[in-house]
Amino acid sequence: MPVNEGCDPIIEVRDLYINFYTYAGVVKAIDGVSFTVCRGETYCLVGETGCGKTVTSKALTKLIQAPGRIEKGKIIYYPEPGNPVDIISVSEDEIRKIRGKEIAYIFQDPSAALDPLYTIGHHIAETMTAHRLVKSMKEGFREAIKYLKRALMPEPEEKVKSYPHELSGGMKQRGVIATSLSTKPKVIVADEPTTAVDVTIQAQIMKLLRDLKSEEGLTLILITHNMGLVAEMCDRVAIMYAGRIIEEGLVFDIFKNPRHPYTRALLNAVINPLFKVSKLESIPGTVPDLIRPPRGCRFHPRCPFFSEVCYNRPPNFIIGRNHKVACWLYRDNALGVED
Amino acid sequence: MSIVETRDFVKRMFPGEQPLVEVVNLKKYFPIRGLIFTRGYVKAVDDISFSIPKGKTLGLVGESGSGKTTVGRLILRLIEPTSGSICFNGRDIVKLSGGELKAFRRKAQIVFQDPYLSLNPRMTVFDIIYEPLRVHRIKIDNPQEYILKLLYQVGLNETHLFRYPHEFSGGQRQRIAIARALSLNPQFMVLDEPTSMLDVSVQAQILNLLKEIQTKYNLTYLFISHDLGVVRYMSDYIAVMYLGKILEIGPSDKVFENPQHPYTKALLTAIPIPNPEIARTRSRLTIKGEPPSSINPPKGCRFNPRCPFYMEKCNIKEPSLTEIEKGHWTACHLYTP
Repeated sequence: MPVNEGCDPIIEVRDLYINFYTYAGVVKAIDGVSFTVCRGETYCLVGETGCGKTVTSKALTKLIQAPGRIEKGKIIYYPEPGNPVDIISVSEDEIRKIRGKEIAYIFQDPSAALDPLYTIGHHIAETMTAHRLVKSMKEGFREAIKYLKRALMPEPEEKVKSYPHELSGGMKQRGVIATSLSTKPKVIVADEPTTAVDVTIQAQIMKLLRDLKSEEGLTLILITHNMGLVAEMCDRVAIMYAGRIIEEGLVFDIFKNPRHPYTRALLNAVINPLFKVSKLESIPGTVPDLIRPPRGCRFHPRCPFFSEVCYNRPPNFIIGRNHKVACWLYRDNALGVED
Repeated sequence: MSIVETRDFVKRMFPGEQPLVEVVNLKKYFPIRGLIFTRGYVKAVDDISFSIPKGKTLGLVGESGSGKTTVGRLILRLIEPTSGSICFNGRDIVKLSGGELKAFRRKAQIVFQDPYLSLNPRMTVFDIIYEPLRVHRIKIDNPQEYILKLLYQVGLNETHLFRYPHEFSGGQRQRIAIARALSLNPQFMVLDEPTSMLDVSVQAQILNLLKEIQTKYNLTYLFISHDLGVVRYMSDYIAVMYLGKILEIGPSDKVFENPQHPYTKALLTAIPIPNPEIARTRSRLTIKGEPPSSINPPKGCRFNPRCPFYMEKCNIKEPSLTEIEKGHWTACHLYTP
C-alpha cells in the first residue's frame, strides 16, 4: 500500500485479521485492515459500535486477550525512522517495553482505568517505576506532580494524594492522561477519551491533547464515533465499518468529498448544531452480525447503490491522491474523476 | 415575584402558544441522610418555572447533574416535588391522587434512556406493549391486531410480536419502548435521552420516527438530552439548565443563533462541529473548571465561578429570567438593569 508523500511512518498495519472465538461462533472482528500512521500526525479511526476500532487500537501493542486472537497480518512500529520492530513477533518481555512506554493508551472510561484502592500519584509513580524511569516510588510521587501539572489538573499537589472516587470524571481523565504522559511516549492512543465526560469538559480535554501533541511532538491516534471530534482534531481519518476500513483520507477531503456510500450516509446522519436541519438522513438497517458477516462488501445490505458485484466480491481499495476508498462504484473511473 | 405573578409569567412565556404543561416554582431537594439527622440536600431542581406549548417540543439541555432528568420525572409525578406546582391542561397534578392520577398517567408517557434496562427481559414484545392497557383495564376487541398496528407504526412487524427483548438491537428496543408509550394514546411524552445509547445511523432513524408520530398524533414532547445537535433537530423551544436552574429559554433557532447567557455560548462553542473548516476557524468561548456540587451551589448566579464575564453582583444576587426578544428569556446580570 503506497504511503502518502512526505509521510514518515511510525506505525504500519498490514492486512490484519483478528477473530474472537465465542460460544456463539467465530466473530470476524477485524477483516483485512491496513493503514499507516505518520510520525507527528493525528490519525483517527472512526466508526459505529462494533466496527472494530477499539480492537484495532488494542492490537497495536498486542493487547488482544482470549477469546480474541490475531490470525494474521503485520504490525510494524518504527521507534526511529528506518528501524522497524515487528510487534506481532516480539516476545512478551519486549512488548512490555513498548506498551505503555513507547505507545501509551488513554481509555474511554477513566473510572475503569484507575484502581480505586490507589491514589492518582500511586498510579503515576507505579507506571514510572515499572518502566524504570524513576528509582523509587517516592521519586515517582514527586514526578507525578509535574505530570499532573502538564495535564492541567487543578491543585496538583493536593490531587496527587486523591483516590479516584474523590475526583470528578474530567479530573480522573486528566489523571489518566498524566499517567500516560509520565513515560514520555512517542505515540498516544486515545480510545474515546471523552465519551464519559460532559461537552465543556470534552472541549478542555481535547484542547489539552492538541497542545500536548504539539509541545511534546507526539503522534496521536484518536478513536472515536464522534464526527465532530474528527473534524476538529484529525489530520487523516479512516472510516471503519464491520471490521474493515472502507475509506481513508485527509480530513478535509473526507468531509468535503466523501466517496463511500457509508461515509456519505454517516456524515448526513450527523447533526451540525450550527444549522437548522429539517429532515435528517438515516441509514436503514443495523450494523451486521460479525459471526455471519454479509458476503462481498459488508455494507451491501444497507447500501442504496447495491449491485450484484457487491454481493459477489469484496471491493479492493481504489487509490487516489491522499484518498482511498473500498467501493465498487469507483471501479471504472479513477478517484480523481467525480462519479 | 409572587406566585400569582409567576403563574402569569409562565402563561405568557411563549407568545402565541397555548401551554399544555405549566411549571411554577418547582423544587426538588433530595435529602442526604446521615446516621440520625439529614446532613443536607442535593438541590437537583431549584425553583424553576416554564411552560411547554401544546403540540410542540421543548428541549431540555444541560450537562450531567444539571437536573434535567429530575424535571422529566417530576412532570410525570414519578417522583414527588418538594414544592411548586405542575399544571397539565390547566389542572395541578401535584395534588392528584387515586383515579384522577391514574387518568393523568394515561395521558402522559415516558421513553427512557437505556432500552436495555427499560424492557422486562422476561416479557415478549406483545406483553410489553399490552401491559399499559392491562394496568389501565382497557378492553380491546382484538389486542393482537391493535399491537401489530403499533408495531408497524414504529417500523417493526408481525415477526417481532412474540420475541423477547434480548433478540433485538438497541435501536429496535427503543422502537418497542416507543410503541409501549404510544399504546395508551397519550397527549404528552417525556423523552429522556432516547438516543444517547444508539449509534448515529440508528439515532437518525429514531429521531425521524419520533417526529413522524408527533405530527400524526399531535403529541407534545419534553425532549431531554445533553446532545445539542439532537435537541436543535427535535425542538421548537429550548431550555438550558445548569445546577438545577434554567439559565436560558426560548425558541430553539433564537437560542442557537443568538445565545445570550455566557453558559449557553460556552456550551455551543464546546460542541464539536462536523465540518473541519468551521471547526478550526470559529471563535470559541471556553470556560474553566467543572460544575460545582449541587449540595452547596454557589451563591447568586450559579454559573458565576466559571463565568468569563463575572461581575461583583453575580455572587450576591441571583438573576431572574429577563426577556431579550419575544419569547426568549435569560437569567444573567449582563441583561438585568
